[in-house]
Amino acid sequence: MPEQIKAHITGVVFQIPTKTGDRVGAGDPVIVLESMKMEIPVEAPRAGVVTEIKVQEGQTVQEGDTVAVLE
Amino acid sequence: MLRAVLVANRGEIARRVFRACRRAGVATVAVYSEADRDAPHVREADESVLLGPAPARESYLDVERLLDAARRTGADAVHPGYGFLSENWRFAEACARAGLAFIGPPVEAIRAMGDKSEARRLMAAAGVPTVPGSPGPVADAADAEAAAGGVGFPLILKAAGGGGGIGMARVDRSGDLATAFASATRRAQSAFGNGALYLERFLERPRHVEVQVFADGHDTVVHLHERECSIQRRHQKLIEESPAPGLDPATKRGLVEAAVAGARSIGYVSAGTMEFLVDAAGRFYFIEMNTRIQVEHPVTEEVTGLDLVVEQLRVAAGERLSWRQEEIVQRGAAVECRVYAEDPDKNFLPSPGTITRLQPPGGEGIRVDSGVETGSVVSVHYDPLLLKLVARGADRDEALARMRAALDATAVEGVRTTIPFLKRALDHPDVRRGALHTQMVDEGAFR
Repeated sequence: MPEQIKAHITGVVFQIPTKTGDRVGAGDPVIVLESMKMEIPVEAPRAGVVTEIKVQEGQTVQEGDTVAVLE
Repeated sequence: MLRAVLVANRGEIARRVFRACRRAGVATVAVYSEADRDAPHVREADESVLLGPAPARESYLDVERLLDAARRTGADAVHPGYGFLSENWRFAEACARAGLAFIGPPVEAIRAMGDKSEARRLMAAAGVPTVPGSPGPVADAADAEAAAGGVGFPLILKAAGGGGGIGMARVDRSGDLATAFASATRRAQSAFGNGALYLERFLERPRHVEVQVFADGHDTVVHLHERECSIQRRHQKLIEESPAPGLDPATKRGLVEAAVAGARSIGYVSAGTMEFLVDAAGRFYFIEMNTRIQVEHPVTEEVTGLDLVVEQLRVAAGERLSWRQEEIVQRGAAVECRVYAEDPDKNFLPSPGTITRLQPPGGEGIRVDSGVETGSVVSVHYDPLLLKLVARGADRDEALARMRAALDATAVEGVRTTIPFLKRALDHPDVRRGALHTQMVDEGAFR
């Protein structure tokens, strides 16, 4: 069952430590946002495989935007 | 005196410097990014120059664009504020090369104190006590392991190239050192372009007490007493006050003497702050020097009645300090609360957005240094500090009572702020009686 991973805060994509096909555990950072000089990881809500990354480094995302898809 | 000052900053500190310029009769130049077109600091300056897009590296951190703005407006001096390029010696050097007065210390002092490991070494050589730690940066995890033997656990890994809590990690056991080193060096590398780390003993529940120093270019160095800044999260201050409550007079004397000696030893000029940790026994240890005006400078201004930023302008123009040490006295007490756009109930997660309503407090003894107004957009690109509330009183109890009332009278709508946290902190019995230490927030004292 695919699950959309959503940003919990508005920010700029600072780093993407994962790539499509990566297996992640619950709580692993999938992307890292930067907001107001702080790095804030967006974590995998459960274990799974990252099937899609929907953002690029430097891109601004709004709270609630889907940043990646977990299968 | 100077002719026109360009302030290479934004928000409340830009407005603060402009106020000082107006008092001193100096013209003002604002710079701004596309995100700050409507910001109050832009309107308040005599002239303003658009630097570039919102990201700081394309605007407030772009040295060439800043120098170009100074050239175009005829500014003869640059005030860097705090943050951004304020502690970047290359920027200070570039200003000098462009024939601009940099309103701050000499390039060499910025450079020496910016390397936190070198700063420790220089201060130790000047007789200033430092926290037990590695004599210099350690190259790798094995090197760190070897140095840890002499430092002892728990210890803290710190980035040699920077501050602000970035790249810091507490390590309780030898077995955790390699992992912590790898992660801290990576973060330091990405934040400062320098992955070098050094080790320091982690002190249990120390106080953070700092000394404001001021020097002119004519061999005069004075101190403006101390500030207590123990209430911090992520190594960033939230509440500061002066005097430090209950500070032993002998400790106080030792602190200010060490601070003046340290500043003198590096040929310091302008405003600077020597930061110390003080343990329960009253022993104090130098941690770092901030070679700039600090966020919390208003508490010192409120208790001494002196204007630190006007004095920075005078000293940058080559004048002698206008105060003698014996004239600088603390009268009453002052406290500052920092209102950040952060959610204190979600571990201080940033809260960008638009301020739909801002109602600042007023009244006897209240000062508000604000960078925002109703309608301001709080962007993801910059520091989340919105405004600073400062309360002065005849004594600490009066200052705290005025601050508590001011927090109740302040309304900020549209973004989450640290105000609920600040109220809980001021209501805490340990804060009321002045029993403070730097680990209170992390220990959950104000939840």
